[in-house]
Amino acid sequence: MMRKPDAANGSLLARDRDWHPKARTPAYKTSRLRSPSAAPLQFPTTLSEETGPVFGHDILGPLDHDLIRNFSTTGDTAIGPRMRVHGKLLDENGRGISGALIEVWQANAGGRYRHKNEGYLAPLDPNFGGCGRTISGPDGSYSFLTVKPAPYPWPNGPNSWRPAHIHFSVFGPSFAQRLITQMYFEGDPLIALCPIVGSIDNPDAIDALISDLDMDQSVPMDMLAYRFDIVLRGRNQTQFENRMEGL
Amino acid sequence: MEPPKLKESPSQTAGPYVHIGCTPSFTGITDVYPSDLGASLKTGPVEGTEIVLSGVIFDGNGDPVLDAMIEIWQPDAAGLFNAPSENRGDADPHFTGWGRCASDPETGEFRFDTVKPGQVPFGRDQMQAPHVCLWIVARGINIGLQTRAYFEDESAANATDPILCTIATPSSVDTLIAKVDGPNRYRFDIHLQGPRETVFFDM
Ligand SMILES: [Fe+3]
Repeated sequence: MMRKPDAANGSLLARDRDWHPKARTPAYKTSRLRSPSAAPLQFPTTLSEETGPVFGHDILGPLDHDLIRNFSTTGDTAIGPRMRVHGKLLDENGRGISGALIEVWQANAGGRYRHKNEGYLAPLDPNFGGCGRTISGPDGSYSFLTVKPAPYPWPNGPNSWRPAHIHFSVFGPSFAQRLITQMYFEGDPLIALCPIVGSIDNPDAIDALISDLDMDQSVPMDMLAYRFDIVLRGRNQTQFENRMEGL
Repeated sequence: MEPPKLKESPSQTAGPYVHIGCTPSFTGITDVYPSDLGASLKTGPVEGTEIVLSGVIFDGNGDPVLDAMIEIWQPDAAGLFNAPSENRGDADPHFTGWGRCASDPETGEFRFDTVKPGQVPFGRDQMQAPHVCLWIVARGINIGLQTRAYFEDESAANATDPILCTIATPSSVDTLIAKVDGPNRYRFDIHLQGPRETVFFDM
């Protein structure tokens, strides 16, 4: 297999557990029975966590990143406000992460998911599946084409609605970097009401999940653009550099 | 040491519909990608002992979690990772080391057809007991849970494993041991809460 010197091993920076949501956040009801009561045991990463699989561009089909068109069998496009979601995948040291697998899933423009457990009365869109994937470019950049998902109700409190959001699964070079998160939209009043967003205590951390309207990348008479940068754990700098010298 | 420039993006729950994005054919979306990633760890004849690692995730009521997604990452039978950063030798080219599966929607069972992993070093001069790394996400799990499955029939290696040895309580260590469940079959049940709560890691 091709060796990539920039993927050299080295311990990963510890996660800031105060920045992430706690396991148990009672306002999000399902977390009550699914949260470990003990804090996770902290250890420095070993080779088992510092390594990870690599995904080649050969897994990607030409429309994998295009949720507007990738489900349709007729050439018709998905219903809803067309938009580009783009940004950069970086590590905590500010370096772009190339070759990372980014998978997204979302409700359609009516707020309905294509899933067997989904019961919302909004209709399915025959031309929208709701999944997409891409691999980050040499500088960590990525881009999806999609339609804006609508907010949807969910059985948490008496009248709980999720803000419009896109789910992101990100796979960097180390298994220890594995992350699932959600992207929200600038200006959505439901963000402040959502107990899943509220599982995060720090307002700056919540801000990091809110994408910005990006008129520069919008396409006139075609689509708006939103910018969403994603940060994965970085490596311990000193160890990284020592190892690089040893190569 | 300088503090990092940026903060990691905070985690959010994978929610109930994680399958759409990560195992779409599991939820009936079969025409977007050719197959679900991670469905098989083997791309041809593999070296070593082929095993089945399966289990159920239980919630605080003791009910099976029916909507989880589990990923595993492990070395091959010789202890080498099929990763670009593996610089100790060439891993088995037919073994990816990475698997992904959804819990069974009726029983909650997850299952990986894999190989018994070899040993991996710990620092310069210690070895870790054979283990598989797991990462678990689901509705209600705010940040993915990391744990490890060690093997019941590797008691000598387990006894000197540098991570297991730092866990003081034998019953906690036991939550990390996959039990022999037939020839080349191992059972690794995961308890999110309760007296048998699995040890999770922050590594
Ligand atoms: Fe959602």
